[in-house]
Amino acid sequence: MLQSYRDGSRLVVRLAGELDHYCAQSVRRELDRLISDQSIRWLILDFSVLQFMDSSGIGVILGRYRQMRDRGGQVGVIHMSPHIARIFHMSGMDRVIHQLDHQEAAQ
Amino acid sequence: MNRHNEMETVFLSVPENESFARVVIAAFAVQMSPTVSEIADIKTAVSEAVTNAIVHGYEGTRGMVTLRAVIDGTVLSVEVTDQGRGISNVAQAMEPFYTTHPEQERSGMGFAVMQTFMDEVNVTSTPGSGTTVRMCKRIAPEARH
Ligand SMILES: Nc1ncnc2c1ncn2[C@@H]1O[C@H](COP(=O)(O)OP(=O)(O)OP(=O)(O)O)[C@@H](O)[C@H]1O
Ligand SMILES: [Mg+2]
Repeated sequence: MLQSYRDGSRLVVRLAGELDHYCAQSVRRELDRLISDQSIRWLILDFSVLQFMDSSGIGVILGRYRQMRDRGGQVGVIHMSPHIARIFHMSGMDRVIHQLDHQEAAQ
Repeated sequence: MNRHNEMETVFLSVPENESFARVVIAAFAVQMSPTVSEIADIKTAVSEAVTNAIVHGYEGTRGMVTLRAVIDGTVLSVEVTDQGRGISNVAQAMEPFYTTHPEQERSGMGFAVMQTFMDEVNVTSTPGSGTTVRMCKRIAPEARH
């Protein structure tokens, strides 16, 4: 179970543990359940306690990004480690997914 | 003194062993006193190669994956081998964003991640008999950390 909180049309989800191929399926299912409410316009992923991510995580995040984009919504990330930031950059995800600071995410 | 060490671990191609392989390579590399960031690089690259062996090599079947590592002075070499389906066009497979499984939300970035995080990546593969990914990374000696 992922921790999440709702603030108006924003949903903040805290990713935890390790986002690899083994965990991807359950994270995908859980995120899809959380964003199934069409009134959510911003999905904000909090990476503060995520311990690991590889290319399986890219697939999961881009898949949710496409869903949000198709409903006119957006995806943002907060508390990204430099290591995960490199993965975001090399996959071009940093061009479509907003890197927010804590203040922006709370607004 | 030139540090030398070797290890080999063989495990079944089940997804649970992706994190097992990361822990094994991190524990082995510790004797080189890598930085936190170097350890993250190595774990990520190994995770990519092992995941590929499980997801693509043994797609729908099960077999054994071999993780081998050698420390030679300041260089860590890692090899991940499967006896799975193999890759017919390695150059194409290694291109960023190339994936044979977009429907599984794969991004085709695995090899690109390995190449970014390691100094060298070489792939040898024979269709029908398996794939070996060889990677190496130089770990700066402790004094420079
Ligand atoms: N061990 C292997 N055995 C057979 N085919 C492989 C193997 N490793 C990679 N491939 C092939 O190479 C392609 C590219 O691999 P790569 O890791 O770059 O991307 P991916 O696994 O498809 O997606 P991602 O890693 O981003 O989830 C794969 O789609 C697959 O067709
Ligand atoms: Mg891959």
